[in-house]
Amino acid sequence: MKGIVNQLWLIPALPLLAAGLIALMKRPQRKPAAALAIGSMALAFLVSCVAFVATLQPETGKGAVQLTHNFVWFDLGGSALRLGWLLDPLTAGMLVMVTFVGSLIFIFSTGYMADDENFTRFFGFLALFAAAMLGLLIANNLLFLFMCWELVGLASYLLIGFWFHKPSAAAAAKKAFITTRIGDLGFFLGIVWLYHETGTLLFYDNGAGCLEQGAIAKLVAQTTVGGMAVSTAISLLLFCGAVGKSGQVPLHVWLPDAMEGPTPVSALIHAATMVAAGVFLVARVFPLMGNLTADLGADTHAPHTMALTVVTWVGAITAVFAALIAVAQNDIKRILAYSTVSQLGYMMLGLGVGGPAVGMFHLLAHAFFKALLFLGAGSVIHGCHHEQDIRHMGGLRKLMPLTFATYAVGMMALAGFPLVFSGFWSKDEVLHAAMIWSPSKLPFLLALFGAVLTSFYMTRQMWYVFFAPRAEAEHAEPAAHHDDPHAQGHGHEPHESPRVMTMPLAILAVATVLLSLFATPVWPWFHAYLGGHLDHLHVGWSADSAALLTMLFSVVAVAVGVGVSWRLYSRSSTATDALGSRIPKLFMALEGRLHVDEFYAATVFRLNAAVATLSDWFDRFVWGSVVELTALIAKGLAFVSRSVDEQGINFGFDAGCQTTRGAGWLASKLQNGQTQCYLRILGTGVVVLIVALAWMGKN
Amino acid sequence: MNNLPLITLLTLTPLVGALLLALTGDRGERPAKGVALGFGFLALLEALLLVTGFDGKSASLQFVERHAWIPSLGVEYFVAVDGLSILLVLLSALLVPFAVAVSGGVSDRPRTFYALMLLLQAGLFGAFTALNFFHWFIFWEISLVPAYFLIKLWGGPARRSAATQFFIYTFVGSVAMLLAMQAVFLATGTFDLPKLAELARSGELARGLETKLNWTGLSASALGTVLFVGVFLGFAVKVPLMPFHTWLPATYAEAPSSVTMLLTGAMSKMGVYGFLRILAPIFPGPLRDLLGPLMALAVLTIVASAFAAFAQKDLKRMLAYSSINHLGLCLLGLFAAMQPTANTATWQTEKVAALNGVLLQMFNHGLTAAALFGFVALLERRSGGLRGLDDFGGLRKVAPVFAGLMGISLFASLGLPGLNGFIGEFLIFKGAFPLAPFAAALSTLGLLLTAIFLLTLIQRVFAGPLNERWKNFPDLTRGELLVFAPAVALMFVLGVAPQLVVRLINPTVIEAVNRLGI
Repeated sequence: MKGIVNQLWLIPALPLLAAGLIALMKRPQRKPAAALAIGSMALAFLVSCVAFVATLQPETGKGAVQLTHNFVWFDLGGSALRLGWLLDPLTAGMLVMVTFVGSLIFIFSTGYMADDENFTRFFGFLALFAAAMLGLLIANNLLFLFMCWELVGLASYLLIGFWFHKPSAAAAAKKAFITTRIGDLGFFLGIVWLYHETGTLLFYDNGAGCLEQGAIAKLVAQTTVGGMAVSTAISLLLFCGAVGKSGQVPLHVWLPDAMEGPTPVSALIHAATMVAAGVFLVARVFPLMGNLTADLGADTHAPHTMALTVVTWVGAITAVFAALIAVAQNDIKRILAYSTVSQLGYMMLGLGVGGPAVGMFHLLAHAFFKALLFLGAGSVIHGCHHEQDIRHMGGLRKLMPLTFATYAVGMMALAGFPLVFSGFWSKDEVLHAAMIWSPSKLPFLLALFGAVLTSFYMTRQMWYVFFAPRAEAEHAEPAAHHDDPHAQGHGHEPHESPRVMTMPLAILAVATVLLSLFATPVWPWFHAYLGGHLDHLHVGWSADSAALLTMLFSVVAVAVGVGVSWRLYSRSSTATDALGSRIPKLFMALEGRLHVDEFYAATVFRLNAAVATLSDWFDRFVWGSVVELTALIAKGLAFVSRSVDEQGINFGFDAGCQTTRGAGWLASKLQNGQTQCYLRILGTGVVVLIVALAWMGKN
Repeated sequence: MNNLPLITLLTLTPLVGALLLALTGDRGERPAKGVALGFGFLALLEALLLVTGFDGKSASLQFVERHAWIPSLGVEYFVAVDGLSILLVLLSALLVPFAVAVSGGVSDRPRTFYALMLLLQAGLFGAFTALNFFHWFIFWEISLVPAYFLIKLWGGPARRSAATQFFIYTFVGSVAMLLAMQAVFLATGTFDLPKLAELARSGELARGLETKLNWTGLSASALGTVLFVGVFLGFAVKVPLMPFHTWLPATYAEAPSSVTMLLTGAMSKMGVYGFLRILAPIFPGPLRDLLGPLMALAVLTIVASAFAAFAQKDLKRMLAYSSINHLGLCLLGLFAAMQPTANTATWQTEKVAALNGVLLQMFNHGLTAAALFGFVALLERRSGGLRGLDDFGGLRKVAPVFAGLMGISLFASLGLPGLNGFIGEFLIFKGAFPLAPFAAALSTLGLLLTAIFLLTLIQRVFAGPLNERWKNFPDLTRGELLVFAPAVALMFVLGVAPQLVVRLINPTVIEAVNRLGI
């Protein structure tokens, strides 16, 4: 069973192979392409399950299962650059989630993308994404993780820009790639720094890895600029990458725009998996971030290091910032996108205050219910003939009952309805850890406020989409964000989506509920699993009073959010936004996404363009004129020398010419056309040559 | 096998081809291209023979051929290859057939065109294998002549001034270098490059300068610096290092695209090669003294050229600046490796990483940049010479294979992992960041900007609504696919298995670091 780590490469290799084969297929080969992609993903899911089972039996006293398989990539200097696979609970949990959710979304896509002419290519890109994402998860080397990290970025770029003929999609794709790359520069420098300091990028290597005690102790002991520990500096650089990928403030701007991609892409990449890679990264390098020289064990308090403090604050601010904006959005996908940003903030917060188990459980729970919500939104959009504005929907509860039911499950999980939804337990843990975080209570308060906002905007969305009186079928203006180029005419009644789309919804809804069983105070299985003490796990009430208090706060927050929102919206007409008419100025600012994009356009972009123009101008005119000047001087000198030539030297030259002419006459005599004469000369030549060679040979 | 003068044969092959083309009658373009391609492949075959016979575990010079030439002047015919040379020989052998295959539509004197291409290749082979300065210099200059005529006779509208600028710039650099090297000859009595490096290490060179050139009235170190600057100019122009680069955008833009493939792919590497083979080994002292300013110039080159690329509207000018940016990274790695440090294993490792990165980057940039200019050549041929950033739009719809392969090349150029460009850049930064943290950190800005302008290129040319003018834009033909697919495949192969290249160069690099280390 433990030998599975040597075969772990199969998990990313299967979808990669599928992607390669699909790339060679022709456009009409739709069915084989989809079958190949789904089949490879299903197989990867099976292998992941085997790997998962292998992590379930920790050896007593040794902590969590940690299997590695390292190998040489290429020789470098006297040593070698080694890569490797790693199987531990963190990896195994993510593998199962990604392959499971991924398979469902692949299946959903066959329905959603059924009319698209580039159906085949779509599945190729999806498979490529899956390969890169799974590679990222099994990496036992930070460099390999980074490589896959960039490749998921590429897949995201290709899929956001899938409808590349739309300028908005092409622009959004570019924006996503570049914004994340800004964070990646820090990540990149962090990697080379870590490599220099520890001499390896393998996470675990029998005690010699860069996340193992020896290396961490060394990094903590050294200081760099400003008296900062090297471990802190490297951690913060690595965190830059996480900020970009996981859409944390201030690099969150790309994620809402990424909704230009087809909805299954939004569900898989920009909600469930890829954007969570930043959170996964922080969890992976947690020993470095937390300066851990010993196992964290069963502790649910993260150490108070500077790096983790930064993670905490960035997470808390993002959680509230994005939730605020989500309140005033009208595009169904955009609301979910900001919600994703906000929830990623919660995950970061959870990591910062509570450690990997807290942050990762929220990640896994979120992956299921957010995939559910996005696919539900896809089903709504599909059913409404590519309408995305929630104000133009309404009354879908009756028309799309299955979508409604599953969407409601997702919504309640996201909002944190108590007890039977995974989102409640996972968010509760984050709140709990934040509440007992000693440096400051502000992150807790921010998170609590965010929870109110979350239930508020989700209720608003539910009301508009499913409960509001049915809007007029004909709209004065067409929807701004068509999800598909060949949107059929409006006016058809919305219809329930085909079974291939609703089945994944149902499965995800069930999973969302079932997952709530694994992290309750009664049976905190997930903690025990990640911490490697499953053998000590007992069923029984383990919550203290602080935990109970948090639950109370959490329930109140949900109730307030839902209550206020429902009251506000259910009593007003759909013509104007109920909140917007009460606080018009603030609402406008929120609707305008707090003008972060405009701010960047006015500062960063403009500066960039100005420097570019300056560089070009400098080249053309400053360096250019230096060259011109040199040329001018050279020409001047040339003129002088020509004058000297013509007036002075030519006289002597003419005399020389006379001599040459004489020589020419002699030469012409030789060219007399008589073979004997030529042969004679040739013979003489050969003799002279032989003599010369012989003479040279003697020396 | 080992008695075969393989390097001489290799250098002669394109020369024979050029001669053959010059002597035969004019029968139009196709036969001329065929002959050039045939000799190109023959040379490639010989280069591959060289690679297979090359002992990758050894850092010593191999396939040595050494004959007296002009003994009184210390001139020998001395050719050999080590890891560095063989890499660049292989690159040149790959790129010339590639460029010849991409060439097309040469209606004016096609024989001469292809003969000059082959002549250029001979110059490249010679320059990358010669180890006697005199002999090396001849090839260095020989390669200049065909390049000049190729630009001047077959270039774009502003070709005359571009060709002249190219020639004068590189020629002035060469003259400065020649004068400096003559002074070195006066001081040491030899043109033998490995020997000169040895003399420089032992201090013999400095002593020679002091005793033999004391009539200049300069101290040995001052004289060393002056000579260093002379040689430096020659290479700085060729690479180019800012601010010695202004010839390049004009030249790359005006030259026929297939010639630009060779200019950027192979000839720009002559500059970096010169830094590695001549400048750093013979003048390590002055190089170290001036390391601060040189490093600043490298960072300037990386960042400013990326910014300038961002402002370009002409695809060829944009890619030209991108080339400057990529070669700037080579120099960053090289200068970082020259940084004086304690002689410990850790620092040795970083220097070896940086230099390995430099060599990889040279090879990979050669491949990628050549492919990119090749794609631009196809764009130009299809559009009747248009190549503005805004002249196209939505081409991916009508030419998906074209867009896909050029897209892969662009991503290779911006250093996407899994493609060839990444590992070189990673190793350069791995070495340069610890050795010169601020310079390396600033240089990452260049990586970001490269992504911005290359993605802008994709966005404007291939994405968006299809420009109606190009609705009949043909996708890659079968023949073109045959030319470009191997190049793109090689990008994948080297991205996944850098070992293929590293195994050739690693011992040479270790040796170089040991020799340079103080």
